[in-house]
Amino acid sequence: MIDVVVADRRTRRTRAGAVTGALALVAFALFILTMMVGSYYVPAWDVITSVFHLRNDPSADFIVRDLRLPMATAGLAVGFALGVSGLLFQKLLGNPLASPDFVGISSGASMFAVSAIILFGAGSTMISASALAGALISAILIYLLAWRDGISGYRFILIGIGLSEFMLSIIGYIVAHAELYEARQAMTWLVGTIGQAGSTELRTLLVALVVLVPAALVLQRPLRVLELGDDTATALGARVELSRLALIAVSIVLIGFATAVAGPIMFVALIAGPIAHRIVGHSGGGIVAAGLVGSIIVLGADLVAHHLVPVALPTGVITGIIGAPYLIWLLATVNREGRGG
Amino acid sequence: MIHDLRATNLTLGYAETDIVRDLDVVIPDGRITVIVGANACGKSTLLRGLARLLRPRGGDVLLDGTSVQDLRSIDVAKVLGLLPQSPVAPDGITVADLVGRGRYPHQSWFRQWSAEDERAVAEALEATGTADLAHRSIAELSGGQRQRVWVAMALAQDTDLLLLDEPTTFLDINHQVELLDLLTDLNRESGKTIVIVLHDLNLACRYADHIIAMKQGAILAEGSPVDVIDAAVVTEVFGLECEVVPDPVSGTPMIVPRGRHHAARRRVTAAS
Repeated sequence: MIDVVVADRRTRRTRAGAVTGALALVAFALFILTMMVGSYYVPAWDVITSVFHLRNDPSADFIVRDLRLPMATAGLAVGFALGVSGLLFQKLLGNPLASPDFVGISSGASMFAVSAIILFGAGSTMISASALAGALISAILIYLLAWRDGISGYRFILIGIGLSEFMLSIIGYIVAHAELYEARQAMTWLVGTIGQAGSTELRTLLVALVVLVPAALVLQRPLRVLELGDDTATALGARVELSRLALIAVSIVLIGFATAVAGPIMFVALIAGPIAHRIVGHSGGGIVAAGLVGSIIVLGADLVAHHLVPVALPTGVITGIIGAPYLIWLLATVNREGRGG
Repeated sequence: MIHDLRATNLTLGYAETDIVRDLDVVIPDGRITVIVGANACGKSTLLRGLARLLRPRGGDVLLDGTSVQDLRSIDVAKVLGLLPQSPVAPDGITVADLVGRGRYPHQSWFRQWSAEDERAVAEALEATGTADLAHRSIAELSGGQRQRVWVAMALAQDTDLLLLDEPTTFLDINHQVELLDLLTDLNRESGKTIVIVLHDLNLACRYADHIIAMKQGAILAEGSPVDVIDAAVVTEVFGLECEVVPDPVSGTPMIVPRGRHHAARRRVTAAS
């Protein structure tokens, strides 16, 4: 009998490990590919040797390290942050619709960023800082409004969606009353594209990832029992409110930094977790896998947006085209199973 | 293993209302205690209070003499387990994975999964007859199987005290009996102290060593079912006119509700 338990664990682990490894390879391949293509083609090997400083070739180094590396890194990092952030929210609130870009966190970031652009004529660092502040403030607001002897998933989601609509209408109002140039700038920001922010923001996001992804992995242990409902988690000895607060904080800071770098790239946080979940199987929680899926989506969408369509588009347009049908499918199937709420 | 779980002057409630008021109770060690009462009498609230899911508004829940509020959550979880009324199974989770999560209080960041964990999970699966479901997804199981899996999870927690909140709700009668038999096995074989909130009074009387009848947040009667449950108590607790006869199988009290329509005696009087 004990063999069955051991074997079951081993199968789940092996599969999770293999799939996560494969996802890392795909993400790395896209990362390199992003730096190969463009107006001047650079062979894969030259990209790799340049990025990892294995060889000095001034012309390749200029194109790869100075022009393309920041974009590719932004794609990788933004996607990873969005994927992890979305997965944590969905697991925490037990609902595939509960991704931070739907429950008002991204809208909060957008409202602050758009206000900064239009009302204060802010530059890119200021816009990013506003976006981050907006994400944090809207999250705190939702948390406080949804608090009643603890946080329930549905109340959090509904209040988040309500607040999100409210903030979107304010964005609409501000944009409608703006000068044409600033309105255009705001709209471009709102669609979301990697590489629209400077290197300072990108560096901050990388630092946030280095700190918060390990934190998320530590919190994965309580998350595994929080998923069973608050009562079961308490009975199993988890510190429910503390763990939940920490997980929400990690998730919000990640999406806040990602939005600060690239604007609100829609749907990535929503779809990365479920895709990772489906291919990894229900094993360790798949935080790294969800992050990698996020990176793959963003890098892939950006490749399509820049090279496969006749006119270069913002990344957010492509993720929107992939994400919207998924959302419709999700709403249709979730409600059929009676879990949509 | 001897444990002492008791409440003194316990007051529990939600929002503005107190549900349980100034209640004193001692859970007999190594026995099966069943809590019964009408809807909203506070029986589930009491169970949740005993399992520290609710912070007392007054009084105390004491585990081995110490208030559970003063103990570390994880230490309580090593001694006292609870199966709540509606636990949540995450999407696509397998039986073995779910049962394994019952090991949470015995693990830490540094000691994630041990041979002891494997053994406890295997034993829990075996005891509940869910071993051959180990690889299946929870979503595919029937209601009876699913409930046994949840019990397995609570067993994997390996506590001396196990509290269950209406574990038989939504189960067919055969699965209700099967589950209560399983809990009795656990009590008799490993001496676990078991506390169950039950709706069915007849099953409660049969399976309880100690029965607690509650009304409006207070204990109305407690003791061995044979001594405590009679027609007057049932009428008082449930507002139900009834006869109490010996259960033909177990000899424990069996409640036969009178109702308004089908009493045989009434037909006789009508004919005469």
